[in-house]
Amino acid sequence: MAQASIDLHELTQREYPYGFTTELETDAAPRGLNEDVIRLISAKKQEPAFLLDWRLRAYRHWLTMTEPRWQSVRYEPIDYQNIVYYSAPKSKVDGPKSLDEVDPDVRAMFDKLGIPIGEQERLSGVALDAVVDSVSVATSFKAKLGELGIIFCSFSEAARNHPELVRKYLGSVVPFSDNYFAALNSAVFSDGSFCYIPKGVRCPMELSTYFRINAADTGQFERTLIIAEPESYVSYLEGCTAPRRDNNQLHAAVVELVAHDNAEIKYSTVQNWYPGDKDGKGGIYNFVTKRGKAAGRNSKISWTQVETGSAITWKYPSVMLIGDGSVGEFYSVAVTNHFQQADTGTKMIHIGKNTKSTILSKGISAGHGQNTYRGLVRVTDGATNARNYSQCDSLLIGDQCGAHTVPYLDVRNTSSQVEHEASTSRISEDQLFYCRQRGLGTEDAVNLIVNGYCKEVFRHLPMEFAVEAQKLLGVSLEGSVG
Amino acid sequence: MSLLSIKNLHVEAAGKPILRGLTLDVEPGEVCAIMGPNGSGKSTLANVLAGREGYTITAGEILYQGKDLHALPPEERAREGIFLGFQHPVEIPGVANTYFLRAALNAIRKHRGEEELDAMDFLAMVKKKAKSLGLNPDLLGRPVNEGFSGGEKKRNEILQMSVLEPRLAVLDETDSGLDIDALREVAGAVQALRHPERAIVVITHHQRLLDYLVPDRVHVLSAGAIVTSGDKTLAMELEKNGYGWAASRPQAQERVA
Repeated sequence: MAQASIDLHELTQREYPYGFTTELETDAAPRGLNEDVIRLISAKKQEPAFLLDWRLRAYRHWLTMTEPRWQSVRYEPIDYQNIVYYSAPKSKVDGPKSLDEVDPDVRAMFDKLGIPIGEQERLSGVALDAVVDSVSVATSFKAKLGELGIIFCSFSEAARNHPELVRKYLGSVVPFSDNYFAALNSAVFSDGSFCYIPKGVRCPMELSTYFRINAADTGQFERTLIIAEPESYVSYLEGCTAPRRDNNQLHAAVVELVAHDNAEIKYSTVQNWYPGDKDGKGGIYNFVTKRGKAAGRNSKISWTQVETGSAITWKYPSVMLIGDGSVGEFYSVAVTNHFQQADTGTKMIHIGKNTKSTILSKGISAGHGQNTYRGLVRVTDGATNARNYSQCDSLLIGDQCGAHTVPYLDVRNTSSQVEHEASTSRISEDQLFYCRQRGLGTEDAVNLIVNGYCKEVFRHLPMEFAVEAQKLLGVSLEGSVG
Repeated sequence: MSLLSIKNLHVEAAGKPILRGLTLDVEPGEVCAIMGPNGSGKSTLANVLAGREGYTITAGEILYQGKDLHALPPEERAREGIFLGFQHPVEIPGVANTYFLRAALNAIRKHRGEEELDAMDFLAMVKKKAKSLGLNPDLLGRPVNEGFSGGEKKRNEILQMSVLEPRLAVLDETDSGLDIDALREVAGAVQALRHPERAIVVITHHQRLLDYLVPDRVHVLSAGAIVTSGDKTLAMELEKNGYGWAASRPQAQERVA
């Protein structure tokens, strides 16, 4: 491996390409957290009273909780009083009424990220909600989607325009008391996306949200809620980036999905928060609660995630399989390079009869990266004929990294069938030499092998994002051996 | 000028001397066979030519097209036209055979200053070549070597050689694991790849392959050095008399001295 190591080391350790900062005038809350800050956030967003009440209850509950320590990640204590909980780019006009009114600086920032906001510049198959720090700055294709009765807007807008839906579903999948970071999010959540797909409608385009943290010392606490009424279908994708900064920034999001009878929600994530530098300085703490409720008969919720960014990723996109015949899927690629840490996996809770879940997790550890798969498969006593298949593979690159697999199985029904397979492998010297003997450089060879390893997960991503994910993997692993 | 000129090559692996003063010239257009018993250094020679790590050249030199190969990494050698047919072709899960081969071909074409082939042109070309090699076309879309039979793997190696069009092809025990029909076909396919500017070095310990792929020269490798050389009749004599006989021939004594 000596030769390959030197070659790889010499490859420029490419800088995180989205690490730039944009000078935007901001309207921010004072540093720190108290009830006044929460009232301020709620007021800025002109929220209905029930929402402020909910936030305050969440905050009071959060005060009684302690930060969990069971996860296999290490970080310095977070000073919750030193975070700015609300920061919004100050618009020259008073909140953009249409895409044409989006602040030119914000528009330029998204252009630089390769995410043009204007509808004519976007691929026609994707509608976008762009979120900067604490607010949504633009949502495209609203009118076109509106014709089908689909609501796709920022969470703040939903709270104002569709309070009955927000009230009905907010916290119905992840209650504010669920965990420490969910409680914090519930108290201070700023923006995020809201999607509502009416009965019998198949959403004709991918819905996507692009999250950008821009301001310093700011936490991002977005909240996403997707509701799929009976016989509906939606595919949703989220992407994210952040500037390169020396201190860590907290991102604590909550995502709730509800699928009614025969509805399907496909949720894809390409997570590329700033991972910190190669010495482990800076980077985002990505502490996220994502859960779906497959409430209806034969409903289906599918999570696909490609986690390449963040200093620490800690999340378990889960499915509660309540409806009889409901299906839950989790496909994951998690990459840790340099000093990144990831503790991620899923929970599949089988409650309904004939429910089925599939878990496919591919962890890749390079540099000093630490990667843990942690997953729970629970079959409750009423879940007759439940089926689960889990496969957790780990790939190690170099000898300073680590991979850990922690599966929990809790089966209380004798008619169920649960399978778990796990493997750990290295990129073999034989594979690398074989590729190089055919003319491929070391870096291309590693990319080829790793992409092959992840293929089963990538094929679940929407086409154009699969291509993006492949490229991202290449960037993440540059300089990975050395 | 020889295409390949190896002079007094000494190579160690894990501190143990494997090649001990190997000298060999290979001319363009030539098919030469390197025969020898197990442990004589045949595979080491193949690996060293391809630039595999784990071997240390302690003395001697390897000139390829007049240039010293020593400092050149494996991918550079491949792009300069050196091809190694693997004794044990490697599986790469999830990577389609055609995707892999196109990436390889384009890396080589780029090095030569040629335009990259687009997917359609490439596919048409590979399908044609696979057919002429008797390779099941289904294997083209399957992951590289994964689940291939021994014979399919070897045919796949020759398909790669035929697509990459090397100047120097070193085929390491390409006959091992082949039944007699497959052996005839694979040998025939290699025979068809003879070219006035291409040299093919066939490494084997059986004479069988050489019935179908007739060499211009036969070299016998024993204890890390070429002990005797001759034309195709040498292979037959070897089959009859064994390697011990070859090492004791007068010519061999001179070489060693």
